Amino acid sequence: MTQIELRGVQKFFGAVQVIKDLNLKIDDNEFIVLLGQSGCGKTTTLRAIAGLETIDGGDVLIDGKPVQHLKAADRDIAMVFQSFSLYPHMSVYENIAFPLRAMRKSRAEIDGEVRSVAKVLQINDLLGKKPSALSGGDMQRVAIGRALVRRPKAMLMDEPIGALDAKLREEMRAEIKRLHIKQGSTTIYVTHDQIEAMSLADRIVIMHEGVLQQVGSPSEVYKHPANLFVAQFVGSPVMNVAKAAVTMNGSGARVTVDGAAEGFLFPAELVGQLDAANAGQDGLALGIRPEGVMVSREPADGYLPVEAHIIEPLGSYDIVDLKVGAQMLRARTRSGFVGKPGVQVFARLDPAQAHFFDTASGNSLGVRL
Amino acid sequence: MAAVTTSAERSLNKLAIVGVLIVTIIFLAPIYWIASTAFKPRNLATTIPPTVVFQPEISPFVKLFTKRSQLRTAPTPEQYAAAPWWERLVFDGGEKVVRSGRGEVQWSGYPSRFMNSLIVAITSTILAVGMGTFTAYGFSRFKIKGEQDLLFFILSTRMLPPVVVAIPMFLMYRAVGLNDTHWGLIILYTAFNLSFSVWLMKGFMDEIPKEYEEAALVDGYTRMEAFFKIVLPEAATGIAATAVFCFITAWNEYAFALIMTNRRAQTAPPFIPSQVGSGLSDWTVIAAGTFLFLLPVAIFTFLLRNHLLRGMSFGAIRK
Repeated sequence: MTQIELRGVQKFFGAVQVIKDLNLKIDDNEFIVLLGQSGCGKTTTLRAIAGLETIDGGDVLIDGKPVQHLKAADRDIAMVFQSFSLYPHMSVYENIAFPLRAMRKSRAEIDGEVRSVAKVLQINDLLGKKPSALSGGDMQRVAIGRALVRRPKAMLMDEPIGALDAKLREEMRAEIKRLHIKQGSTTIYVTHDQIEAMSLADRIVIMHEGVLQQVGSPSEVYKHPANLFVAQFVGSPVMNVAKAAVTMNGSGARVTVDGAAEGFLFPAELVGQLDAANAGQDGLALGIRPEGVMVSREPADGYLPVEAHIIEPLGSYDIVDLKVGAQMLRARTRSGFVGKPGVQVFARLDPAQAHFFDTASGNSLGVRL
Repeated sequence: MAAVTTSAERSLNKLAIVGVLIVTIIFLAPIYWIASTAFKPRNLATTIPPTVVFQPEISPFVKLFTKRSQLRTAPTPEQYAAAPWWERLVFDGGEKVVRSGRGEVQWSGYPSRFMNSLIVAITSTILAVGMGTFTAYGFSRFKIKGEQDLLFFILSTRMLPPVVVAIPMFLMYRAVGLNDTHWGLIILYTAFNLSFSVWLMKGFMDEIPKEYEEAALVDGYTRMEAFFKIVLPEAATGIAATAVFCFITAWNEYAFALIMTNRRAQTAPPFIPSQVGSGLSDWTVIAAGTFLFLLPVAIFTFLLRNHLLRGMSFGAIRK
């Protein structure tokens, strides 16, 4: 049972504040992913939890006890580094046994535990080798083995698969997930790769410039981004964001993208919800993911005529740039659905997938249709 | 470059090999000269042109280690027959081994000078490399106020040719009773080598990723344990290289050894030339002393050759 809590954590590097008043509670057995661009403070947060970095304010609590004054060695936490950091002068066996030796365990105990971890990770054959003789994936397995063998209170992973090539990364992602389900330990995982975050996390913590932006399950974060940063950071291809204006028109609302002649049809509740959120009409941004832009080749009810620009065929689907007013909206279509650039097609927006943001603050207005 | 070597390239390669051979011969010639003279009979040591082919003998080494005096009268056949084989070699050279009143063989000054050299060089190397390694680790890993200034200060101790301060040092040493002591030379050589050792080791320490220690810290070790279990083995190559350089400097040092020591703590470098011209100068004995003096550095370097040549296995870190 391990809970980790960060309360008002502050960290400065010289004059630069890299963590700004961070509050986060992590439950037992939870797989938390810290997601953000490089330099957003996610790795510093992880290192502060590990005890490799001191903090300038706030508390780090493990199982309710403040640990910020404890040394890394006394926190009973394991860490996997991006560089793997296997000790080059030791064999794989010695690398995995190293944390156990710090605990002054008997030879037989160490041997038993090293072998059982090696079995779980399927690296039994590698025990006698030196790290330099291993492939990237195997080094990574050994690094995880070294972290797991001690059965620590929590596992911290700092971009553990960032150095691997794409195919291996996918394999290792699945393996880490499998291992977490099997071993079940509180895990904090740092990455800048949103696909990794979505596929692994119980909850994703998105950080930007040292500030926590949103915490939520992958689907929450994807479906209801708290602000423009999250909206555009999570999801690939990136969410379309356009300045827009909302007007009432008969029975429904119309959302007109900046520079467009005609607006997309939305349910009338939109206006009420925007009013409730105190949205200023001039600072409104519409966000919609490419899959929320419906495309038709024939005119249909509620569809507006638009011109197709660039088409990116991605195999299972195409991404088509549609010129709407002064903006480009990217739509996701069936592969080959739009014949060639320049043709006229018809588009509408799925109100259920539309997001509205205040352009001044960047925050979501919480519209749900 | 083309994968196929042309005939022009091949002849260029051959030319390069010939060039390397010539340079090697030029460099090895003095060593061969000393080594061969150490095994020559005395009358062949100074012939012109030099004798290249000769019957090697070890009498120079026997003479090197014993105290001898000139024979005024040839030994009687009984004396000759009773003498051990090595003493006969001395008799053959027209000298006799000096014995005490109780008949014990008197040693020459060489073995004790050689021991002094070993004691001083080994101890000062251990001290310089040990302190240098710790200091370099500190500079490499921790934020230190005025780090650059301190490092420059350490380097600046090498900017003055040491001999410039030889006289004041001698007076200071005499005042505190450090002249002609092992510790006197050890402190001096450690001080010579320390700045070099710090700078060289800092380069090696900077090359060791700090993630290794961080991994050890998270794995449950203290920083001290991480230093000894992780950093030191990784720094072995650097330590070996630094030790070789420090040892050579301390082993070869002549000027201060000459000024600061005369008997008890005298090292081999000032002693060997002092044998020239005391009585008859026997070049074969001097060559034997020089030859033996070359060996420790050669052996030390040879033992550490793997560390000196091996590139560090950074394969376990992905950069």
